[in-house]
Amino acid sequence: MSLDATVQVVVGTLELDVHLKTEEGEVVALLGPNGAGKTTLLQAIAGLVPLSAGRVELDDKVLEDAATGQYVPTERRSIGFVFQDYLLFPHLSVADNVAFGLRARGTAKSVARSRALEWLERVGLTGYAASKPAELSGGQRQRVALARALAPGPRALLLDEPLAALDVTTRAAVRRDLKTHLASYRGIRLVVTHDPLEAAVLADRLIVIEHGRHVQTGTPIEVAEHPKSRYVADLVGVNLLRGEADHGSVRLSDGTLVSAADAVTGEVFAVIHPRAVALHRARPEGSPRNVWSGHVNGVELYGDRARVRVEGRLHLVAEVTPAGLAELRLGDGGEVWMSFKATEVAVYAA
Amino acid sequence: MRRERAPLAIGALAVAGVLFFLVPLLGLVLRTPWSDAPRALTSPDTLEALRLSLIASLSSTGLSILLGVPLAWVYARIEFPGRNLLRALTTLPMVLPPVVGGIALLLAFGRRGLVGGWLDATFGVTLPFTTLGVVFAETFVAMPFLVLTVEAGLRSMDRRFEHAARTLGAGRWTVLTRVTLPLIAPSLFAGAVLCWARALGEFGATITFAGNFPGVTQTMPLAVYLLLETNPEGSFVLSLILLAVSLLVLVSLRDRWLGSA
Repeated sequence: MSLDATVQVVVGTLELDVHLKTEEGEVVALLGPNGAGKTTLLQAIAGLVPLSAGRVELDDKVLEDAATGQYVPTERRSIGFVFQDYLLFPHLSVADNVAFGLRARGTAKSVARSRALEWLERVGLTGYAASKPAELSGGQRQRVALARALAPGPRALLLDEPLAALDVTTRAAVRRDLKTHLASYRGIRLVVTHDPLEAAVLADRLIVIEHGRHVQTGTPIEVAEHPKSRYVADLVGVNLLRGEADHGSVRLSDGTLVSAADAVTGEVFAVIHPRAVALHRARPEGSPRNVWSGHVNGVELYGDRARVRVEGRLHLVAEVTPAGLAELRLGDGGEVWMSFKATEVAVYAA
Repeated sequence: MRRERAPLAIGALAVAGVLFFLVPLLGLVLRTPWSDAPRALTSPDTLEALRLSLIASLSSTGLSILLGVPLAWVYARIEFPGRNLLRALTTLPMVLPPVVGGIALLLAFGRRGLVGGWLDATFGVTLPFTTLGVVFAETFVAMPFLVLTVEAGLRSMDRRFEHAARTLGAGRWTVLTRVTLPLIAPSLFAGAVLCWARALGEFGATITFAGNFPGVTQTMPLAVYLLLETNPEGSFVLSLILLAVSLLVLVSLRDRWLGSA
């Protein structure tokens, strides 16, 4: 099974233009900040938002083609959709919610009901068949939504922020369950999320989307190690620079030269982990070739460390111990010096 | 928090406003000859008018639901040029003097009306001065209440429930009957009750278009009005019945219109 979608949609100020291709064996997470167009992309694949240009293909069957005007309506697409706030039908019982898709496709009432009960058993909600959605907890509703989407046996499963409606205490457990259910489902699996942890836990491959555009794709580890946008770098918690690499140095757009050990050339990203950035009150002596002055612009706690944001010719975040923080006496807002070794600069093609 | 106190002038005017409504109600309750009530209630004329009123108002509510729900759906969901104008025209009877409505109906469905003659010739159906005419008059005046209430319900419902139903394979008809209508059931109920209450109290359009024939077109409001000249006490009793019905309607809608306080 495969999904091949080229989606161009304009909604308000958002101009979505993304190409996406995935196959049965992988779980793909669409990761991006709010307003990046992730939800719109899912809706377009499901046929709920019309394409202004592009084409959606599922298993080599064209679902929609803006060029030819071809359009298979949502109800005939065989795509299961788990909505962000689940949208369980409030007037129907839990069992009727799960049976809805089967009934809508013409399955006999008794058959649909027994299949719905099977699904409720699979998601651990056996005793709740007669309950109304309003009587369930957030985590239980999420499982009903999943069972409802899967019961008709769709060829693709799209999940829009499946954990966002849950409070922090239940999220971890529901995430674990969701991972198991995703693993046992045979079909296209797409999860939209803005939470990097959720993406890393649930997905085999990440597609990062910002401002309606595809930014980066790769396994969670690849994306974390080689962020290609400020958004991803911030999620991972590293410093990201972009420039032109040439013989052991990277020239940033403002002309600043940063020494790097890697012998790469061309347009590159350079990543410097905050741990590798040392702070000093006076200009340091010795080996580091990367020495920059600046002013402290904020301090945040990060685990048992402190992260100091310094602005100067380079904007960098440095990680120091609380003891180091006290020693530096950063409170007076005076000049500080940052240094890092060329070998700590990871350079890779942009 | 301290309780808020009304300025003196506002308080006095508000009390006058309340009295303006309560005194007539009080008059009705106090001046009704309760001893005559059983006899007035069981007189054949009253029973006939009551029966006719119930049949006509319920039929007109049914007709309003049949035509009004689809109309509300179209207004809420389909964009077409002239929609606002059309909505204004079809809700005009809410503000139109009912007598004018009755005359308009006469000019359309009367024997020499726009389509009345054709209806008579083709189907042998005559509307003026028949019970069906009463139903038409009541529907004409009452249906806009249902249309507006249902349209408001459709507009305020979360349409993503319909999207969810479609991803589950539900076609438009299934979405409408199994998701949309159940979700707007409170609006549908409120609209139907308002519509029925309006139909039950209809006077002007009915007497103009359908006339005042006991047993055929003489509904409760018409009977009340006529009794006032011949048998005032009887008309008081009938008025009280209509008052009780209205009160019942209001109570059944209290969650919607009076809040839970």
